[in-house]
Amino acid sequence: MAESLNREMTHSSTEIDVQFAAVTLCTLSGKALVEGLNFEVRRGETLVLLGRSGSGKTTTLKLINRLLAPTDGEVLVGDIPTTHWDAIRLRRSIGYVIQEIGLFPHFTVQRNIGLVPQLEHWPEERIRARVRELLELVGLPPEQFAPRLPHELSGGQRQRVGVARALAADPPILLMDEPFGALDPITRSELQREFARLAAGLHKTIVFVTHDVREALLLGSRIGLFKDGHLIEMQTPDEFAHSQVPEAKAFIDSMGRL
Amino acid sequence: MGLIDFLIRNRAEALALVLQHLFLVASGTGAGICIGIPIGIFLTRKPGLSKLVLGMANVLQTIPSLALFGFLIPLLGTHGIGQVPAVIALFIYSLLPIIQNTFTGIRGVEPAVREAALGMGMTDWQILVQVELPLSLSVILAGVRVATVISVGTATIAAAIGAGGLGTYIFRGLRMNDNQLILAGALPAALMALAADFMLGRLESILKFHRSSGKNPSRKWVPALVMVGIILIGFLTLSRVTRIPPIHRIVVGSKDFTEQVILGELIARQIERRTGLDVERRFELGGDLCHRALLAGEIDIYVEYTGTAFAAILKHQPIADPGAVYVQVKREYLERFGLVWLAPLGFNNTFAILVRGDEAQRLSLRKISDISRYAPRWRAGFGQDFMSRPDGYPGFSRTYDLKFVEPPREMDLSLTYRALANGQVDVIAGNSTDGAIELLGLVALQDDRQYFPPYQAAPVVRKGIVERYPQVAGALNSLGGTVSDHEMRRLNYQVDSEHRDVKQVVNEFLEGK
Repeated sequence: MAESLNREMTHSSTEIDVQFAAVTLCTLSGKALVEGLNFEVRRGETLVLLGRSGSGKTTTLKLINRLLAPTDGEVLVGDIPTTHWDAIRLRRSIGYVIQEIGLFPHFTVQRNIGLVPQLEHWPEERIRARVRELLELVGLPPEQFAPRLPHELSGGQRQRVGVARALAADPPILLMDEPFGALDPITRSELQREFARLAAGLHKTIVFVTHDVREALLLGSRIGLFKDGHLIEMQTPDEFAHSQVPEAKAFIDSMGRL
Repeated sequence: MGLIDFLIRNRAEALALVLQHLFLVASGTGAGICIGIPIGIFLTRKPGLSKLVLGMANVLQTIPSLALFGFLIPLLGTHGIGQVPAVIALFIYSLLPIIQNTFTGIRGVEPAVREAALGMGMTDWQILVQVELPLSLSVILAGVRVATVISVGTATIAAAIGAGGLGTYIFRGLRMNDNQLILAGALPAALMALAADFMLGRLESILKFHRSSGKNPSRKWVPALVMVGIILIGFLTLSRVTRIPPIHRIVVGSKDFTEQVILGELIARQIERRTGLDVERRFELGGDLCHRALLAGEIDIYVEYTGTAFAAILKHQPIADPGAVYVQVKREYLERFGLVWLAPLGFNNTFAILVRGDEAQRLSLRKISDISRYAPRWRAGFGQDFMSRPDGYPGFSRTYDLKFVEPPREMDLSLTYRALANGQVDVIAGNSTDGAIELLGLVALQDDRQYFPPYQAAPVVRKGIVERYPQVAGALNSLGGTVSDHEMRRLNYQVDSEHRDVKQVVNEFLEGK
C-alpha cells in the first residue's frame, strides 16, 4: 500500500502530498469544528499545526486519514480525495501517532511495531528485520525491548515505540497528534531533539499537531496557526516568531513567560 | 455417611444423572455463548439497539423456569418434553449475562487503543478479533461464569419435564419424603456450581490483562482449553444423539409420582418379558405431559386414570359409576385421539382426604363430613392438580360445605404430606394408594357423600402400536385386574418408605403372579 501511494505520488505532477480545498466539518447539530480550510502539505516538509485546545487542529489531522470526512470541500491525498480512497488502504499508507500512544496493551513491542506489516502479509522474517531496524532507529536495543509488553516500558520508551510503529510500513506521510504531550519536560525535550534529527533523515511528509510553541518552532518547517476552527496563519518559524497576529503573539509571549 | 453410601450404591445412576446434568448445562450455556457473544458484539456496532435487546434478555431472565417450560411445550410440538426444551430454557437464561458482559467488555476497551487501531488501517473485523475481543475476554468470561452457575441451578428443575439430571433425585426425594435423596441431587449440583465457578474464575484471572504485574500471561494453552471444551460438548452431544431410540423401541412414559413410576416399570417389564421388544423408559413427566407426549407420538404408552381422562382431559362433569366412566373414556379416546385403553389394572386411586392420625383420634374423625365443623379453624394444603381440576377443590368444598380459615395453600403434592405431618396444614388431599399415608401415620377420611369419581388405572396406548404390535396389547391386558388397592399401596410403600429399588419391587411382584 505504502509503495502504491509512493508510486502515485511520483506520477503526480505537483510536489504536494496533502491538499485541503475549502474544507469544512460540522457536527450533526451544525456546529463547525473546522471551517474553510485551504492549505497544502508539501513533500518532505514538517508542517506543525499549532493552536489551543479545541482549536480544530486534531480534527484537521483526522481529516487526512479519513477518521473524519469533510462535510464540505475536499481533502486530497496524493491528488485523490480521501472520500474516494479505500479507507483501509489510505490509513495503511499513513503513519499515525497519537498522544495516548494507543499501543495495544496485550501485544509485545515486536507485535505492536510489526502490526501493519503483518496486516499487509509481509513474510515473518522481513517483519522481524524491520522491527529490529526501527527499534534501533528510535534508540531502543531490540533484544531487550522487542519481547516486552507496553506496561513494562516508561512513558518515553512507549512514545518511541509509537513512532516506530507508525514508521513500520515506511509510509510516505506521518501524522502525529501531540505525540510528546504526556511526557515529563526533560524526556519531552530529549525526544523532541531526537525526533528533529530523525525527521531530517527520513524524508517523510509530516503533519504534527501541538499546543507547545517551542516544539512547533523546533520541529516545523512551516507552522499553521489555528484558532476557533480556522487556519489564521501559515508561515515559517522565523516569520512566526515576528508575527503581529495577536494569537501568534500570545503564543510567543507564553514562551517568554516560561 | 448415609448419603455417601447411597451414592456409592447407586453410582451408575448417579453418574448418569451427573452426566445428563453436565450435558444440559454445557449445551444450554454453549448455545448461549455461540449466540450471546455475537449478539453482544453486534450491539457494540449498533449501540442504539442495546437498550432494547438487553431489556428483552432481561425480561426473558425473569420468567420463572417452570413457566418457561410451560410455554415451550406447545411451541416445540413433538420435542416438547425431555432435553430439547430444557436446553432451550437454559440457553435463554444464559443469554443476559453473556450479552451484557460482551457488550460492556468491548465498550470498555480504551478509546485510544481503538482509535490507534482504526488509524493504522485495521478493518472492523481485525479490530474485533485482534484488539477488542482479547482485551475484553476476561469480562466476557465473567459473564459466561455467571451464566454457567445459573444454569447448573436451573437445570435441576429440568427433571420436571423429563430431561433427567440431578433434579431427578431432588424431585424423587421430595415425593418420597426422603431428605437424603434430596441431598443426593442438591449436593452434587451445588458442588458442580462451585466447581464451575472456581474453574472459570481461575481462567478469567489468568486471561485478565495484568497492567501492573509485569507478567506476560501465557496464552498458548487457551486455544487448547477452548478445543477441549468444544470436544467435550461435541462428545456429550454425540453420546446423546447415538442414543436416539431405534424404530422398534416401545417408549413407555409415566407421570412424576412414585406409583406412576412403578406402573411404568411394570408395563415396561411386562412388555420386555412377554414380547421381547426393546423398551425405552421416559418416566417422571410432570403435569399432563404424558398425555401430550402420547398425542405427539413421543411416547407410546403410559398408565392413565379413568377419572383424570374423563374430567381433566375430556372435560366431562364427573360421574360416580366406574364402569360407565371406563366405557365412555375408552370410546371417546379412540374416536378423538386414536388412543386405546387397555384393561384396567384393578385398583382405584382416588383422592384421599387426609388428616393427622392423632387429630383424627382426638376429634374422632372418620368421614369427610366430620371435618366441616373444624374447617373454619383449619388450614388446608392441596396440590396444583387438586386445585385446578373440575373434580377437585371447587366441587369438593361445595359438596361438603367447607370453608377454611384462609384459602387453601397450593403446593407441590409431595410437599402437602410433609406440611400435614409437620402441622403446617391440617387437611390435605392425597392419593388413596399412597405409601406415605401409613408411613406418616395419616388417616384417610371416608368420602361419605360420594363426591370423588372413580380413578381406575389402565394403560393407554397409541392405536398404531396396538396394530403393529398386537402382542403388546395382549401382554398388558393379561395384567388386568392383578393390582388391587392393597397391592398398590404395598408397592408404593416399598418404594417410598423402604427406599427399595423400583425395578426390584416390580420384578418381585411379577414373579409372584
